[in-house]
Amino acid sequence: MRLLKAFAVLSALLAVAAMAIAEGAPVLLNAAGATFPFPIYSKWFDQYHQLHPGVQINYQSIGSGGGIRQLLDKTVDFGASDGPMSDDQLKQASVPILHFPTVLGAALPSYNLPGVKEELNFTPEALAGIFLGKVTKWNDPALSSANPGVKLPGDDIVVVHRSDGSGTTYIWTDYLSKVSSEWQQKVGKATSVNWPVGLGGKGNEGVSALIQQTPDSIGYIELIYAVQNHLPYGKVKNSSSVFVKADLASVSAAAAAAAKFMPDDFRVSITNPEGKAAYPIASFTWLLIPSKFSDAGKRDVVKDFLKWMMTDGQQFCEPLAYAKLPKDVVTKEMKAISQIQ
Amino acid sequence: MATAPNAAAPAALDWSPRALLRRIRGGDEIAHLITLLAAASLLLITALLVYQLWIHSAEARQKFGWGFFVTSKWDPVAGDFGALTFIYGTLVTSVVALLLAVPLGVGAAIFLAELAPPKLSSYLTFVSDLLAAVPSVIYGLLGVFLLVPLMRTEIQPALKKGLGFLPFFQGPAYGIGFLTAGIVLAVMVVPFVLSVSREVLLAVPRDQREAALALGATKWESTWRVVVPAARIGIFGSVFLALARALGETMAVTMVIGNNPKIAASLFSPGYSIAAVLANEFSEATGNLYLSALIELGLVLFLLTFILNGLARLLILVTTSRGSGVLPT
Repeated sequence: MRLLKAFAVLSALLAVAAMAIAEGAPVLLNAAGATFPFPIYSKWFDQYHQLHPGVQINYQSIGSGGGIRQLLDKTVDFGASDGPMSDDQLKQASVPILHFPTVLGAALPSYNLPGVKEELNFTPEALAGIFLGKVTKWNDPALSSANPGVKLPGDDIVVVHRSDGSGTTYIWTDYLSKVSSEWQQKVGKATSVNWPVGLGGKGNEGVSALIQQTPDSIGYIELIYAVQNHLPYGKVKNSSSVFVKADLASVSAAAAAAAKFMPDDFRVSITNPEGKAAYPIASFTWLLIPSKFSDAGKRDVVKDFLKWMMTDGQQFCEPLAYAKLPKDVVTKEMKAISQIQ
Repeated sequence: MATAPNAAAPAALDWSPRALLRRIRGGDEIAHLITLLAAASLLLITALLVYQLWIHSAEARQKFGWGFFVTSKWDPVAGDFGALTFIYGTLVTSVVALLLAVPLGVGAAIFLAELAPPKLSSYLTFVSDLLAAVPSVIYGLLGVFLLVPLMRTEIQPALKKGLGFLPFFQGPAYGIGFLTAGIVLAVMVVPFVLSVSREVLLAVPRDQREAALALGATKWESTWRVVVPAARIGIFGSVFLALARALGETMAVTMVIGNNPKIAASLFSPGYSIAAVLANEFSEATGNLYLSALIELGLVLFLLTFILNGLARLLILVTTSRGSGVLPT
């Protein structure tokens, strides 16, 4: 009797499942990677799921390094990273990996100088000097010459940086490597580096807590975090010698300036770009998509999602304080979607 | 460990089906098997853990060899890794934590077990057990937002003024660093010391106290000269537990230690511990050598815990005369 009941339940379940398949097979995609774009990605995946109830995309924000590793190990369908994959990493992949820029991020200098009300200007030389440990006092000529009329104290600068590996550190060190040959030789660019000086805080929240608590300190934080928490930050001199404050417009301008030189594989650094309005410490973040899917259902969903993301999906960026992709980049990416097979 | 011979087993067992069934009905065989499996699985898990750490750290072990232990450079960009600064930071913060937590925890345990009214004792023990259940990230947050500012503006300047002649209390006061991490750790491990020590003290037979009192000892003399020595092995055990927790603590330490790989005598200096660097860099580690170096750090932490536990056990063996312990650890 019990057996019979179990059988009945089982066959009912099977019938339901068969009906679901007839309506269009549900597709479950797994993805993992960068933490910085997680808010917009989860918004996108959720919105896309509402439009296509049969499609579910699970995204684990485990960090760019983890995303790349899982993609290479094929434990996820696609990955996401704040820094482009290196040539070495691309060689390890069994099928070619395509980079798709999704949104833009920026890093900015935040500081705590009691008694200074004015917004400070930072030159590339001053930022490199401070983070190399060569500019050690707030009234150093490298700082005072860019801030005429501001009475800077003669106190020691306390440098704060991220201690956890992060895309924000990648952007910041990529920029410093471009503007300072000494930085490039001594430190270089990566998600974690061997910092010459400074205290390490975990996450944007750790860095900003240290800055707020430590007088005379300076550190770098992510634009979105600074905007959402109303943290004070300074302007940075760009390649056209204009001091620019980081915001959505100036970050988009940086991307637009760099879009002209966009390589076909989209692996591009847009720090220190041309353009008067461009903020110099910004970067794309990428989705990493295999060029071949063995499962045609998954392939079609990924292609459709990418198209939706670059068109209708863009409206969700600015409410979450992410800078939108420039039009030229979107056009180029739409063409690249056909490479997915 | 679990392979203690079954004392009841006769030399020649009857293996006939009927005898077997009878034995199984009794339950002894089954209980023996299940508990043996439970104990063996512990050993297996440990062995698997070490094996995994060992094979996944192969690349770093081959490249750096024993130099890994004595190199203080940690440069993910150049691919140059050494564990010395992290080992130093782990040891210093754990030692500071134990120096603070052991007197506090044992003192409180003596009070709660011996001197306090029973009702107060059970309330306070409950509170202490609650402390042990607080997630470590909460301790880290409290550390960052309450302790760090206090350290910078009050405690570190005061220490510098009073004890500044010692190398431990010199240099700029950032608020974060070895000392702050040690204090946060101390708060986290006190409940372990207290809880275990109290249980052990309570387990000392009543007649020992009564005997001491009958001989004319005061309450304190009976506690300090009779009960505490009788319980000392168990108290040592509580200290091991605290040490293991302090060595492996990740989140709270990361938030207050300063995350700067540096060896400095001053406890005000920012530093870095093994667990903290793992928490910070593991998720974004790209490149096989980098990842393998991080896994080797995990192996080093395991080794460190192993060595320290061994040393501590040796210490007990040396200092303990026979038959005075209550709970062997």
